Amino acid sequence: MLQMVLRRIGMMILIMLVVALLLFLINEGDPRLIARSVLGPYAQAEQLDAWIAKNGYDRSLFIRYFEWIGRVLTGDLGQSIIYKRPVSEIFWSRLGNTGILAGVTFVIMVIVALVLGVLAGMREGSLLDRTISVFSIATTSVPEYASAVILAGLFVFHLQWLPGTSSMTSGFDPVQLILPVLVLTLYGFGYIARMTRASMAEVMTTHYIRTAILKGLPYKRIIMKHALRNALIAPFTVIMLQINWLLSGVVVTEFAFGYKGFGALLLEAALRRDIFVIEACGIAAVFVAVLTQTVGDLGYTYLNPRIRFK
Amino acid sequence: MTDSQPEAIPQPDSLFVKGIKSIALLKESPVGMFGGFIVLMFVILAIFAPILAPFDPNSPILPFAYPGDRAPDGRMFLLGTDHIGRDILSRIIWGGQRVLFYATAATLSAYVVGIIMGLSAGYFRGWIDEVLSFFANVILSFPIMVLYVMIIAKVGASGANIVFAVVFASSPGIMRIVRGVTLDIATRDYIAAAQTRGEGPWYIMLVEILPNARGPLIVDFCLRMGYTTITIGALGFLGLGLPPPDPDWGGMITETRAFVTGGFPHMAILPAFAVSLLVLGFNLLADGLREVSMRD
Repeated sequence: MLQMVLRRIGMMILIMLVVALLLFLINEGDPRLIARSVLGPYAQAEQLDAWIAKNGYDRSLFIRYFEWIGRVLTGDLGQSIIYKRPVSEIFWSRLGNTGILAGVTFVIMVIVALVLGVLAGMREGSLLDRTISVFSIATTSVPEYASAVILAGLFVFHLQWLPGTSSMTSGFDPVQLILPVLVLTLYGFGYIARMTRASMAEVMTTHYIRTAILKGLPYKRIIMKHALRNALIAPFTVIMLQINWLLSGVVVTEFAFGYKGFGALLLEAALRRDIFVIEACGIAAVFVAVLTQTVGDLGYTYLNPRIRFK
Repeated sequence: MTDSQPEAIPQPDSLFVKGIKSIALLKESPVGMFGGFIVLMFVILAIFAPILAPFDPNSPILPFAYPGDRAPDGRMFLLGTDHIGRDILSRIIWGGQRVLFYATAATLSAYVVGIIMGLSAGYFRGWIDEVLSFFANVILSFPIMVLYVMIIAKVGASGANIVFAVVFASSPGIMRIVRGVTLDIATRDYIAAAQTRGEGPWYIMLVEILPNARGPLIVDFCLRMGYTTITIGALGFLGLGLPPPDPDWGGMITETRAFVTGGFPHMAILPAFAVSLLVLGFNLLADGLREVSMRD
């Protein structure tokens, strides 16, 4: 087990280094493009050259890459071109906002998905099972940008219950969080629910459940004590992997509602070539994704005694 | 077929016949049939867009018309017009053609790349597998929309670049599936037989392995068509998609979503329904195909 943990962590570090290299090559591969981004479109060629020499961008890619890694690890993310401030000043609060949005969504999504998945898988083929399955396929087919406008039409224009944007300009307002969370949950819960359903349905066909039923145990007790424990192992990995998808959805949803999170920051930076912000957002997104994948893998191994005791 | 097939073995059904048969099997899954029907409807709308679209999709006629309002020449805007007076029905039909074209082109290209990588990884194994799998792990560790935003921001927004971005981002996923199936099929006797006959590796991969791996791939293809449709819409929505003024659904939503709360919700909601319906079609079709293929 320890050996496996170490190997997975080693793999994670290796992947992060390669991802960082990719990000670095895309954004900082050509020093003239960096200088152009920083100095603007009207800078002369001599000014670009002077800037490159002054900031050490004339050295080899290899050295610059490791220097950059060192700076990122010590928290120096560079200077934002749009905001004219250190990236770290903007970046962490944006990341925190996304953490709130994604965290609330994640908790609600997982609860909804597990409950519906277990209910559907308890009696495979029942009316409840079919209803939940069709419902979860339907919601998974409505992308965030579509449900954002459909729900805005319903709750903002028609019923006038909720605000249409979530920019939080006058302090944090939980009401503004409702629509983005709803949009993300609707699109994301279906997959976890389907996996939970499949796992639950499989457990319900095993011998020990049949034994428990034949022993005459109450149905509720069979589900709670015998089925759930084993049925929830497989969805664990899926739930951890879902965080990767949640981060994708966050980019679209934050843009849709004007929420000031890291996804909106990444988009703005990408459109205006604010390279150091792009790098920070990219590294953070991949770090969260890789970390949750690793935790998902290790957790699955730990939870499943058949693998753990091998 | 190549020239190295001397013996006359009784041939099983050709791929084409098998394809027809698996489509015919769909009738056992009403949900899958329904999905197929939705997709077919959009395909027909796309093919016959020039005949079916009542107006020119890009010409401003009458701004802010509600569904049912009439144009100056007396024709009805069935779904209304947008903020600069373009007929929404015509834009949805033409936009569907564009979305379907690019989704198909991108998904097929991603499949070509993914299949070649997956077959090589699963059949040759060794260092080729190690390198390709590592590469796939790196790409798949990106949240996909973050990857798309960074690629498109780097290479620019155009149809060809969207195809490129989709190939880059989704071929590793396809590769993993193909690799898994290939690892399994490569241990079968008929592969050993083909190797003994002296067939080359690419002949074995493409003629012996690939056709037998098609089951999970067809299901995945339908799902991926849905994802790609979502992606193209999302890029359009974020302003990184197919260039205007030609319509695409994501772009239509983003151009008019400010009017949703201003009293004209139909402008953005109708294309949102269109993209959701098409994706639903792909998802139901994939679900039906999976159900039918598991019954065999």
